[in-house]
Amino acid sequence: MTPLSALRGRLLGLPVWVWRGVLLHAGALFIVAWSAGPFLWQLSTSLQEDKALVADTPSYLPIPATLEHFVNIFTVKQFQLYLLNSVIVAGATTLFCLVLGALAAFALARLNIRGRFGILGLILSISMFPQIAIVAPLYLLATAMDLLDTYTVLVVVYVALGLPLVIWVLFGYFHSIPREIDDAARMDGAGPLTILFRVTLPMSLPGVVTTGLLGFIAAWNEFMFALAFTSDIGTQTVPVGIANFTNLYYVPWGDIAAASVVVTVPLVLLVLTFQRHIIAGLTQGAVKE
Amino acid sequence: MAMTGSIAHRIAGPGRRFRLGSAQAPALLLLLPAVGALAAVSVYPVGLGLWLSFRDTSLAAPDDAFLGLRNYHDLIADPTFWNAWAHTVEFTVASTVAETVLGLGMALILYEWFIGRGLVRAAMLIPWAIPTVVTSKMFGWLFDGQNGIVNHLLRVTGLIDQNVNWYGSTDTALLTIIIADVWKTTPFMALLLLAGLQTIPRSLSEAALVDGAGPWATFWRVRLPLLMPTLLIAALFRALDAFRIFDLVYVLTGGGPADSTETLSTLTYKTLFSTLQFGYGSAMAALMFATEVLIAGVFGAVLIRKLRETER
Repeated sequence: MTPLSALRGRLLGLPVWVWRGVLLHAGALFIVAWSAGPFLWQLSTSLQEDKALVADTPSYLPIPATLEHFVNIFTVKQFQLYLLNSVIVAGATTLFCLVLGALAAFALARLNIRGRFGILGLILSISMFPQIAIVAPLYLLATAMDLLDTYTVLVVVYVALGLPLVIWVLFGYFHSIPREIDDAARMDGAGPLTILFRVTLPMSLPGVVTTGLLGFIAAWNEFMFALAFTSDIGTQTVPVGIANFTNLYYVPWGDIAAASVVVTVPLVLLVLTFQRHIIAGLTQGAVKE
Repeated sequence: MAMTGSIAHRIAGPGRRFRLGSAQAPALLLLLPAVGALAAVSVYPVGLGLWLSFRDTSLAAPDDAFLGLRNYHDLIADPTFWNAWAHTVEFTVASTVAETVLGLGMALILYEWFIGRGLVRAAMLIPWAIPTVVTSKMFGWLFDGQNGIVNHLLRVTGLIDQNVNWYGSTDTALLTIIIADVWKTTPFMALLLLAGLQTIPRSLSEAALVDGAGPWATFWRVRLPLLMPTLLIAALFRALDAFRIFDLVYVLTGGGPADSTETLSTLTYKTLFSTLQFGYGSAMAALMFATEVLIAGVFGAVLIRKLRETER
């Protein structure tokens, strides 16, 4: 806290510290409106009738409310198929990312590897590649292996895209566990894998859950590779489905809003539940050397 | 981090060092799956892409001959490429600067204590978690030229007389995309900067205040210089990410109207998957890669200089 000595004096008849409080809360209100406002408007839109959406004066609240857009996306647009594809792809991606990532992060954080920070830096720098640079070669490889329009190609690509972040965040968690615990397990004759699965992973469970969530969100939201590698509703994921939501003569804003709400609400709930861990996990790279 | 490790090492003595040394083989074995996946799906394709960029490979024709540098030669003379390049740079600079400045403002607010602070911090993760495709559609609706609520609010408050055709007009389309990107990434930027601010000991700014420096001077002379490394790293990651922008443009405007929002990623994607020129498109991607390396290099140099200054 700023010492009160710096806040002496009055402005327009009120003490400065009152002004400071008012400004601070106004700023906080602005941040909340900024963050939640557009999504709340999308939520309201999804519950409004089409004729209210094209009216001269928009109504802020969905009165009268309707569920027709939600019915529309699940009957006419078969949105549940995209959802299923996304759940399978993002779920499998998360699982593989966590397994491969945990092995690698454990090796880097816990075992004796020469130049561990160099290796970590290299892995991180891979995540900075422009993804457009690998989409063409991967497309040719996938064609040659007959993998277009499969879950496999999406999962393989997403695992590779997600690994740098997963390894980095898990590395941070593993590193924060006291080494003495490993040493004790080693004295008892435990090998590296036993230590990883019986000691390190259980001890960093919140970190593992958070990391899994980060991997899941990244795969759930990915658009470009899904667009390039899938062409039918049997494998297309939610972002591709939503991007293709256009009718011939008009933009179905109500349906789009309903679909947005369906894919975003679970994410928002997950993120709000794990927010403390997510913030800690994501910001560790920015503040440590 | 590394230091605690080496201290434990020294205390444990030579016997332990020998045992850890023998662990090198299993360690490499554990690293192998992840490194293998990255090599096969990220590194190898980059090399393959570079190889493609010297050829006239096309999915529409059986062509696949070695061209040498001709793709690059054509690219440098291609106005659509430079048009996209200019938009990408403009977008990257504008969004990175806006996100850093606004993010810093938000971080400074969150740094202070106020009622409901945890709630505000949680809400800030919403824009980050929303899929970018959904963000694009959301801003498409917010900034719709006919029924968009932004137009409505601006009309009601008297800021505009007539509806603005935000992303349907060449004057404002790129601006709309910048606004959407700033909305999505600023809160996250703020959380990164907040984490940085929290590592600066409060006693430093308190000491400055006690010595008679005003809050303004304390910010510019004490907090900001100490925050600079975090700020630069966050801005670097933001800039590299902004430079790759694809989803927002592709879904919101498709690069239009009249190519006024075409960026390098969208142009490359269209070259690859609409005109099916894999060789030419790969050359574009390679030049884009080169620009990214350049950005990272410039930031890296500034960062190292700043770090040296603060150490002195």
